[in-house]
Amino acid sequence: MMKISTLFYTIKQGFANIFRNKWYSLASIATISACLFLFGLFYSIVANFQNILKTAEEGVSVTVFFHSEMDNCESHTEGQIPSEQRLEEIGQEIARRAEVSEVQFQSADEAWATFGPDYFGEDYAEGFPENPLAGEDTYEIFLSDVSMQDALVTWLQSIPEVRKVNYSEMTANTLSGLNLLIAYVSMGIIVILLAVSIFLISNTVAIGISVRSEEINIMKYIGATDFFVRAPFVLEGMLIGLIGAAVPLGLIYSLYNYALNYVVNRFMVLSGFLNFLSVDEVFHFLTPVSLGVGVGIGFLGSISTVRKHLHV
Amino acid sequence: MAGKEAQRLKRERIIEENGIIFLDNVSKSYSSGSPALNGVSLSIGRGEFVFIVGDSGSGKSTLIKLLLRELTATSGSVYVMGNDLAKLKHRQIPRFRRNLGVVFQDFRLLNDRNVYENVAFAQRIVETPVSEIRRNVPAILATVGLAGKYKAKTKQLSGGEQQRVALARALVNNPSVLLADEPTGNLDPNNSWEIMKLLEEINESGTTVVVVTHNREIVNAMQKRVITMKKGVIISDEEKGGYIDED
Repeated sequence: MMKISTLFYTIKQGFANIFRNKWYSLASIATISACLFLFGLFYSIVANFQNILKTAEEGVSVTVFFHSEMDNCESHTEGQIPSEQRLEEIGQEIARRAEVSEVQFQSADEAWATFGPDYFGEDYAEGFPENPLAGEDTYEIFLSDVSMQDALVTWLQSIPEVRKVNYSEMTANTLSGLNLLIAYVSMGIIVILLAVSIFLISNTVAIGISVRSEEINIMKYIGATDFFVRAPFVLEGMLIGLIGAAVPLGLIYSLYNYALNYVVNRFMVLSGFLNFLSVDEVFHFLTPVSLGVGVGIGFLGSISTVRKHLHV
Repeated sequence: MAGKEAQRLKRERIIEENGIIFLDNVSKSYSSGSPALNGVSLSIGRGEFVFIVGDSGSGKSTLIKLLLRELTATSGSVYVMGNDLAKLKHRQIPRFRRNLGVVFQDFRLLNDRNVYENVAFAQRIVETPVSEIRRNVPAILATVGLAGKYKAKTKQLSGGEQQRVALARALVNNPSVLLADEPTGNLDPNNSWEIMKLLEEINESGTTVVVVTHNREIVNAMQKRVITMKKGVIISDEEKGGYIDED
């Protein structure tokens, strides 16, 4: 059982090692910071791209029209006219589908109240004695996954009461294609960046410890246990990893906030339809990953490197 | 507890019968070339002062590495302080080395720490209470003549002083055996003699001292037991011997 004084000594040595080998510590922190800065920067950009796409996807809707008494008009085809109860059932069935995020019912009166003044102006719209859209009850369906739009449309068209389904195949295909492309590319780049970071950081830790193999040998010659030798190095590795991760996180936090404010203030038009992530949303993922990579590699890298030098 | 006591008694019996260092027909071969040690047998008793001499390639360094359990013998048995080193597990090595002081030609000090910390380090390893470390380290530094330099960084010291620090570190845990591998190899004659005097004093206080050296003058002057090695074998083992010129 280790004495408490030995434990404190080991912890103290871990901290002291950072200052004793300040150039190595600085070089290691700089390497880790550079790797994680690039990773963080890339992630922030990609996360925003995906968020903008997701917002665009959420805006894509499918509108369903039903058969009504007006079907005898020349543009309409005849079909099964849904009762109010059936209309409600169809609405519930739509809402239950996995790819649907939201269903909004719009009665003919609501539709006329919205579109009438838009199309004809307040004065002309009032000139219509009756609602020209009578019988045009609709559901506007928003999708959680636009790539499923085709399946939804096919299903909607198979409902006997449905007269027409309005949708834009091109928008859905473009968005889902773009989404997929960005997901693959960003995943690839993030994996490469992480792999390069892990390689560089573990090498930096390994080199830093290898140049002190003599020190490890001395400790072993005078009877230090593996734990006694290893613990300060591991603590040092973790601390360097922690600082190396904290520095880029701080930098990206400030930069991101600045860039966000700049874009929002300078390009008001953009912020109208581009929905940027808040700094908290970005850091919700970035903080644990950066700290995990920094501290984790500092920990694992130092353990494995010291082990190589312990067989004296 | 009873098991530990039995082991201690067994080690004591081995030391009584064969000496504190005992090699029985030991050979050591590396992957290539002729064996570094070839059938070496020797026994060093408790409290002896022994010189091991020989030219480069004679097997002296391999012998020291075997005694430190840095290497294991290819064949034969090596016993140090009653421990059969072939049977020592990796986790048991630190405890074994704590009873074994070691001094090297290149001092091997922790250069980023001061004199006090270098010596105290050996005590921290054996988990000596801090209050005792504060008492023991100045005492041992006074013994080696460095009482006033405990705050100095090792790089600020002369070669002789650095070797004294190494000696203090080797001795602070009161080892039974002190191994010195070319302790005067990097020192001028005056400092060499100072170190040898210290080693003699340490030996007089009961520690077994084994010195590997090239220093003919010192070996001849000190009149101690001299084991001479050549090409991996012992060619001479003399009480109060001298340096054998091989030419």
